[in-house]
Amino acid sequence: MAQRIVVLVEHLYGEPTDVTFELLGLARRIADSDGAIVEAVLLGEGVRHLAETLPAERVILVEHPALRYLAPEATAITVTGLLRTDAPRLALLPNTSLGMDVAAWVASALDWPLVAYCQALERREGQLVATAQLFGGKILADVAVGTSPTVISVLAGAFAAAALEPAAPGTIEVREPPAELAALRTHAASLERPAAADVDITRAEKIVAVGRGIESKDNLELAEELAQALGAVVAASRPLVDAGWLPRSRQVGKSGLKVKPKLYLALGISGAPEHLEGMKDAELIIAINKDPKAPIFGVADYGAVADLFDVVEALLERLGG
Amino acid sequence: MTIVVVMEQVPDVAEELAIAPSGTDLDRDAISYVVNEYDEHALEEALLLAETSGDEVVAIGIDATGELDQALYTALAKGAQRAIKLTGDFEGTWLSTRTAARLLAPVIEELAPRLVLVGVQAPDDLDGQLAPTLAALLGWPHASVVVGSELVNGMVRVRKELWGGITMLLELALPAVLGIQAARQAPRYVPVSRVRQVMREASIEVRDVEVTSDLAPVPVRLRFPEETGQAELLTGSASEIADRLIELLRARGLL
Amino acid sequence: MDPKQQKVAEVWERETAIVEGVDISGPWNRMFGQRVIWDYTPNLIEEIAQLPGGESFAWCYQCGKCVPVCPVDLVGDYGPRKLYRRAQTGISLLDSPDLWLCTTCANCLRVCPKQVDMIQIMPAAREQALLTGRPVPAELQEALENTAKYGNPLGQPARKREAWVKDAGIPVPILHQIQRPVEWLWWVECYPSYHPRGIDASIALARIFHALGLDFAILGREEKCAGDSQRLAGERGLFEMLAEENIRTLSKYTFQHIVVTDPHALNAFRKHYPKLGGQYDVWHYTTLLARELPKLQPLLTKPLPYRVTFHDPCYLGRHNGEYDAPRQLIQALPGIEFVEMLRCRENSYCCGGGGGGMWLDSFAAGHQRRRLSEERVLEAVSTGADTLVVCCPYEVSRFEDAAKSTGVEGRLRVRDIAELLAEAMGLIGEGAA
Ligand SMILES: Cc1cc2nc3c(=O)[nH]c(=O)nc-3n(C[C@H](O)[C@H](O)[C@H](O)COP(=O)(O)OP(=O)(O)OC[C@H]3O[C@@H](n4cnc5c(N)ncnc54)[C@H](O)[C@@H]3O)c2cc1C
Ligand code: SF4
Ligand code: SF4
Repeated sequence: MAQRIVVLVEHLYGEPTDVTFELLGLARRIADSDGAIVEAVLLGEGVRHLAETLPAERVILVEHPALRYLAPEATAITVTGLLRTDAPRLALLPNTSLGMDVAAWVASALDWPLVAYCQALERREGQLVATAQLFGGKILADVAVGTSPTVISVLAGAFAAAALEPAAPGTIEVREPPAELAALRTHAASLERPAAADVDITRAEKIVAVGRGIESKDNLELAEELAQALGAVVAASRPLVDAGWLPRSRQVGKSGLKVKPKLYLALGISGAPEHLEGMKDAELIIAINKDPKAPIFGVADYGAVADLFDVVEALLERLGG
Repeated sequence: MTIVVVMEQVPDVAEELAIAPSGTDLDRDAISYVVNEYDEHALEEALLLAETSGDEVVAIGIDATGELDQALYTALAKGAQRAIKLTGDFEGTWLSTRTAARLLAPVIEELAPRLVLVGVQAPDDLDGQLAPTLAALLGWPHASVVVGSELVNGMVRVRKELWGGITMLLELALPAVLGIQAARQAPRYVPVSRVRQVMREASIEVRDVEVTSDLAPVPVRLRFPEETGQAELLTGSASEIADRLIELLRARGLL
Repeated sequence: MDPKQQKVAEVWERETAIVEGVDISGPWNRMFGQRVIWDYTPNLIEEIAQLPGGESFAWCYQCGKCVPVCPVDLVGDYGPRKLYRRAQTGISLLDSPDLWLCTTCANCLRVCPKQVDMIQIMPAAREQALLTGRPVPAELQEALENTAKYGNPLGQPARKREAWVKDAGIPVPILHQIQRPVEWLWWVECYPSYHPRGIDASIALARIFHALGLDFAILGREEKCAGDSQRLAGERGLFEMLAEENIRTLSKYTFQHIVVTDPHALNAFRKHYPKLGGQYDVWHYTTLLARELPKLQPLLTKPLPYRVTFHDPCYLGRHNGEYDAPRQLIQALPGIEFVEMLRCRENSYCCGGGGGGMWLDSFAAGHQRRRLSEERVLEAVSTGADTLVVCCPYEVSRFEDAAKSTGVEGRLRVRDIAELLAEAMGLIGEGAA
């Protein structure tokens, strides 16, 4: 039988998330190079209709009320059961909040190797090599993926998404939920959306994003002034939101919002992988940072190694702010 | 009743990192260690939980650096009641998450806590995060990326952050394992005089443990990311930079 | 009758009062009645006075001399008299923002007839607040955490502490490299090692030392913050930890004297390290250079056409009595015109950075009409000076920032004395070797 590459389908509010298609795209490319087949594992409740939208040869569907929101325990137990019976060559999970709770649990329960924070997976001299992003993105680790089944948790946004149309409509294979789901110790999962946001940064064309380099809450005024002068909205890295300086709805990144504006002006943001995840698809990224080694310059189109306050002031002068 | 917090020391990524000649680990002599920032949040959350529930907070850690005492004394000074240090033949090595979990699990089981709190992730988690790994070994329910928790009716109610401000609310039966992303409030400050007082008065329990083989992936090679040369650098004074930026924005119809 | 009113009645004026045969009837004779304070409890005063170091808080007799000289009162509402009064009326110093606003500038102590000593009271009260788990302003907390973690409040890696040496242009010996006795151990301190403007002054000073042929060396990465401001901010334990480590490091090397860039380090070495076993002969660099003036003067060849004024650092002047050396150096500069500010020498104003103020900038600004540093640069400008001369590493950054925020940036430059000397020696600036 052909080897399998299994992808866990992440979905939220009834829609697969972007990372699911990125993972399927990645699986497809590897499969094309070694003739494996791509299987999507779709867990949930009332999600059958999603199966047809997934570009995979086979969709394994398990439905159960406990799987509705992909809560950690139920998902981890179900995935473990499936992988144990199917023993695929690779299991690709997203390194997101939902996936993180499953990948390490499953790998540990099965005693399979796991490579987390994977940003690249490619064949080199006949061997699969996974590249993990470690130490705040400052170090990359190339890991040889052996031939035994391996779990890989993949950074969101690291890979191109697969086309939405399945090449050939895949088969849907419905499996029974594992018996353990009747005796879970996790209850009452529900989702909560943030309170109505004042500004929707995901729709903004231009964003002035500020990070810890802005130093104090008072200085946000400067960013606000600049944003006004540019016709942009202010967004922030997580620490500023954590400090309560701006509402959650302004947070860009892994645990914030993903934005794709025409202009993303990053002021005093180092460019931690969690932040990059939320903004690297912006059309034009300009970064101002004092540290020439700041990783933000790695995704920026233009950068200036400078004090953001000086540059913002100079910009304001010119924009008549 | 007991709440266990795991305190881990990790290379300080604020410092320049160097790769060892072997290419498979950091140059451990050239780095300095700090307590994993998320573990500080885990400790804070544990202390806040215990303040209302009256639980005993036990801080435990694996001493892979020979410098863990300071972190544990600090935890005691902040309000933990006990501190346990696991020592063994692994000083100066890169412990995989799974190895760490295997060393910790028996000690945690023996403490029979109702909650285990750990930081959501660490900078060296090549083989995944500790909370789910531990949970799988212990067979306890878990959640990570937790931004709020509360003990109610023999359960722990947690708020797990997904993205865009969307959160998942869960109730876990006890005992449970939580990966803490952020405590309800910023980790408290403890003056050094208090830490020093604790160092004179309290003691850290030491357990010798042994590493068995593990299945963590072995990095074939560590490297620095490609020089972040992608950005075209604008140079000159702030005024010159501002001029160039405005020019750029105009050219793209963004102004 | 309300018992309070009852007491009022008891001490109220008598219709007729004859004291020692003199008739003093009248509304003012109540001052002879027994005066009882019944509205207030002394508890909150005791709360401070019972702390070791806090005793003198209770000695205040409300004469009010301290208030007009308090630099914080000038831009806010402050001074020991007011703190005492607030404690009397039920405001605990430990829970009030007042706890963090004193810069320990010592100007009040200079005039107080009762020796109410904020230099002792403040660290004691702040330590008590820290030990009882009261919240610390976030900026300060970070500086303290950084100091504990990295040995400097900026949170910079220890290894980078000697990085500035590469740009000095002359050899700056580092003790762990040269391993030989030296005459002068130069204690560079944190801001002069890490802060870009501090580094400018360090490079200038290094070149001056070199030009004078001084036998000196620095500790480089082995040096940790001397810790004085952290102590005054309430972190005595952190101070002791730093001091012990520094004393241990210093014991490895042989040197005759210490020269410091930072008056705060001077204060720590003079007054507090000896108690922990560190006895050294410590000089501020201005004192050393003033002593070397006979050798220095002939080297000051380039006229500097500046009108300058000088800010006395609290911890050099009031705390350690050095007012003259900086002035001698300034007056030795060829071409310089020197004007004093109204508040100078013993009555000098405070830059706001002392006693932890360096790390309470936004916090303090939230309780003051204007930053102390802003008040001071405006005073400097009012003298007609174009250059404000300083000799404490906190000040260059504070005053430059204040010049920006008060809009006098183009009119006032802030220079360390070392920078001016080096410039007059042709060691920095145009045409420097
Ligand atoms: C599960 C998880 C989810 C996360 N989600 C997110 C998320 O959604 N979004 C997010 O942003 N982060 C997220 N983080 C946090 C992330 O790891 C980083 O800690 C964070 O992005 C850092 O923010 P920063 O760049 O503002 O701060 P820092 O990393 O401290 O960077 C500040 C930068 O400012 C520069 N700077 C300082 N002063 C100046 C100046 N005057 N002029 C110019 N530059 C200056 C410095 O050189 C530095 O590069 C998440 C972390 C985890 C574990
Ligand atoms: S000068 Fe001294 S006695 Fe007088 S009010 Fe001030 S603190 Fe009190
Ligand atoms: S020490 Fe200085 S700042 Fe503090 S109260 Fe006295 S005069 Fe005011």
